[in-house]
Amino acid sequence: MRRLLRSSTMIAGLIGLGFATGSAIADTQVASAQPGDADIAAMKKLYERPSEIPFPKDNAYAPAKAELGKTLFFDPRLSRSGVQACVSCHNPSFGWEDGHKTAVGENMLSLARNSPTIINRAWGEIFFWDGRAESLEKQAVGPIQAPGEMNTPMDVLIDRLKGISGYQKKFDEVFPGEGISEKNIAASIATFERTIVSAEAPFDRWVAGDEKAIGDDAKRGFVLFNTKANCVSCHSGWTFTDDSFHDIGLAATDDVGRAKIVPGVPELQYAFKTPGLRNIDQRAPYMHDGSMATLQDVVRHYVDGVQQRPSLDADIKAIALNDQEVKDLVAFMQTLTGQDRPMTLPVLP
Amino acid sequence: MRLIAIIIASQLAFAAAASADEVIVGQAGKAFNPADLTVKVGDSVKFNNDDTVAHAVLVNGPHESNLGQIKPGDAKSVTFDQAGTYDVKCAIHPKMKLTVTVQ
Repeated sequence: MRRLLRSSTMIAGLIGLGFATGSAIADTQVASAQPGDADIAAMKKLYERPSEIPFPKDNAYAPAKAELGKTLFFDPRLSRSGVQACVSCHNPSFGWEDGHKTAVGENMLSLARNSPTIINRAWGEIFFWDGRAESLEKQAVGPIQAPGEMNTPMDVLIDRLKGISGYQKKFDEVFPGEGISEKNIAASIATFERTIVSAEAPFDRWVAGDEKAIGDDAKRGFVLFNTKANCVSCHSGWTFTDDSFHDIGLAATDDVGRAKIVPGVPELQYAFKTPGLRNIDQRAPYMHDGSMATLQDVVRHYVDGVQQRPSLDADIKAIALNDQEVKDLVAFMQTLTGQDRPMTLPVLP
Repeated sequence: MRLIAIIIASQLAFAAAASADEVIVGQAGKAFNPADLTVKVGDSVKFNNDDTVAHAVLVNGPHESNLGQIKPGDAKSVTFDQAGTYDVKCAIHPKMKLTVTVQ
């Protein structure tokens, strides 16, 4: 089941064909200071937008299901305290993050990690910073039940929703004969989340052929991104993530990331999932620990901030960038934000 | 008589061992090659890392295995003792997927 994206200038492209990592182009271009038009055209091909949202066969798209999921997503009664909703940490006003260094959970206590965006997760391969959920459906009901987050055991939530006649009616309409269940709560929220797709950005218009859509600084930044800086080795494809796990040399803490989920793999020590870069200038602060305030800080980390250790990703190599090149990379990343349609608030039952 | 029985038993065991195969799966360009595989019960699959980065093979199905890290140039094997369908992926690069059907 796929749903057509609405943008009139969307580039046609089949979802599911996969996007090359671009590393071959990066390898070629490292030695070439000024790639030609054909090289840049090849780079652009790696980032063409798809025309449809992919939905899994076992949770097909239906407008009423997405609407129910949106209602649940915005409802603070999904938290035990009744004051936190999914949207509290995944706020459309902050690129579906929350603007905090790390998320705030039950009793206003800070959690260990920065709230990840839900933008473009329909294309996600694996979920959470450490990949502990293999589907959006599993992800959707995780934070609701996590003691430090929304802290609502599933049986408590189901009883609570069953006590709200409006929810009984909506679930019966969307899931005839099934009603309110963990499976259907997960299916609804995941369906809504899959509809959150970043709007066409200036970068997309440039890829589509509008040479005036982005500035020369951003064009230089794009070339750096794909060549000398080699950002593309992880931030690949139109969503700018490989959905893989990398230790990028941030300060070591007690949080070992993916290594806790998959023990016995030294490479996964301090490894976290690559975040996508769409709408990235709305999503500060950055990194899994929220340790970087600006995009410039992020780029400079790769110049002189990487901590060397055995688990450091093989693709993280020292890169020498001058001040102008840092600015160019930031200018490029700022072209990845479009004008998303404002999100309307649901009326809760 | 007892000696003959022992000889026959050892020959049968040898025949069973000889019928088990080892199938090679490559890892290059952050992909398994091949991406689909059918083997017999008792066969083993050897994962060669021909890539420039480390991989880590997870096997999920009738039995589960975590082969741990496989550095470039190294290889690790797993034996499939139970029939069924197994989903194999890299724990580092989850888009690397392989389906193994054991018959």
